[in-house]
Amino acid sequence: MTPTNAAAPPPPETAEQLAAFEARIAAGEYIEPKDWMPERYRKQLIRMMSQHAHSEIVGMLPEGNWITRAPSLRRKMTLIAKVQDEGGHGHYIYCATETLGVSRDQMVADLLSGKAKYSSIFNYPTLTWADIGVIGWFVDGAAIVNQTVLAKASYGPYARSMIRICKEENFHKRQGYEICAVLASGTEAQRAMVQDAVNRWWWPSLMMFGPGDASSPNSEELLRWKVKRFSNDELRQRFVNLTVPQAQAIDVALPDPELRYDAASGDWHFGQVDWNEFWQVVKGDGPCNRERLAARNKAHDEGAWVRAAAEAYAARRAGAAASAAA
Amino acid sequence: MADDASNGAPAGGQWPLWEVFTQEQTGQPHEHAGSVHAVDAEQALQNARDVFGRRGKVVSVWVVPTEQITASTPGDAGPFFDPGSDKAYRHPQFYKAPRGVRIY
Repeated sequence: MTPTNAAAPPPPETAEQLAAFEARIAAGEYIEPKDWMPERYRKQLIRMMSQHAHSEIVGMLPEGNWITRAPSLRRKMTLIAKVQDEGGHGHYIYCATETLGVSRDQMVADLLSGKAKYSSIFNYPTLTWADIGVIGWFVDGAAIVNQTVLAKASYGPYARSMIRICKEENFHKRQGYEICAVLASGTEAQRAMVQDAVNRWWWPSLMMFGPGDASSPNSEELLRWKVKRFSNDELRQRFVNLTVPQAQAIDVALPDPELRYDAASGDWHFGQVDWNEFWQVVKGDGPCNRERLAARNKAHDEGAWVRAAAEAYAARRAGAAASAAA
Repeated sequence: MADDASNGAPAGGQWPLWEVFTQEQTGQPHEHAGSVHAVDAEQALQNARDVFGRRGKVVSVWVVPTEQITASTPGDAGPFFDPGSDKAYRHPQFYKAPRGVRIY
């Protein structure tokens, strides 16, 4: 792959190139960075992967909010480790995205300016300690459903970053479910707290899988190119089927009066997601959109001296090495 | 993971890219794990540890400036690797042995 040059238009794509590319995909081959790929495939991957990376980074904020107030040392160590993992996961995906010819600086700039999107789930507030449990259980649970499939995505670097993430993410879900299970078997106030958190996070968690198949503009192409392996609605159903028995086991209710088991399909039928709310949050009017962006910018600005110090230290060491050699 | 060695030094003051190779236990090969940006080799090593060694499953790590890697290109893969693909006599199955003889 030649580095993308903004000044020169990409060479025209021939029908033969496209056919050969799609034949490779159909044969189950992985596409690697230097392989020929349609510009559209590259663009779709950059969009999807950079959004995914941004989501990991912004996802550090709602949970980081509770580190100082974690109820025990064990919970605090866990939460620090989890938030650090999210930063690492963002890093894996940024690296993978860079192989498509977009720079890290550009992606970070797009996040900080508000141009780039990230998962809407992180624009909801973490009001109580139970939210930390429910995020691990629902949000990481939904992410695992998504990422387990993305680990077979046709773009090699993306698939490899997902495999690495999936290995680490199971701890995130289990620690969250453990928090919920402990609260659910606690006092009346603790039970009410976890039920309230479940009520607030259930529907936004279902929205994490993206719009329904009928109104998901990118899905058809991503499925054809095997970036996605299952549709948004299929993955949403898989998540619901996994989660309902987990809720029953700790005796918390999922806030959906239409939820019922359908013996014919083996699926849990669930009610209609409020897509108006989804689009409202995507477009920037969620409860915390502005707060998240402000927090990211503040962190970036306050880290400037660390970056400057690292550069100065490296320059001084290089200078010392050069004068020692002279 | 920046598998693309031609892609290492974007403009705009971005720190150089380093490819990271980790070994999970002695006796195993170092495998490509991904990449990190770092201002120098020492920081690249520390970043690689933080990013790819958080869970202890690493006993050794290499970092290599991405721009120092020379790689084959997919377009040339056919002719480049071709000399190896038509030499059946490099494989044991090419040779006949009398029935019933245990060779290995």
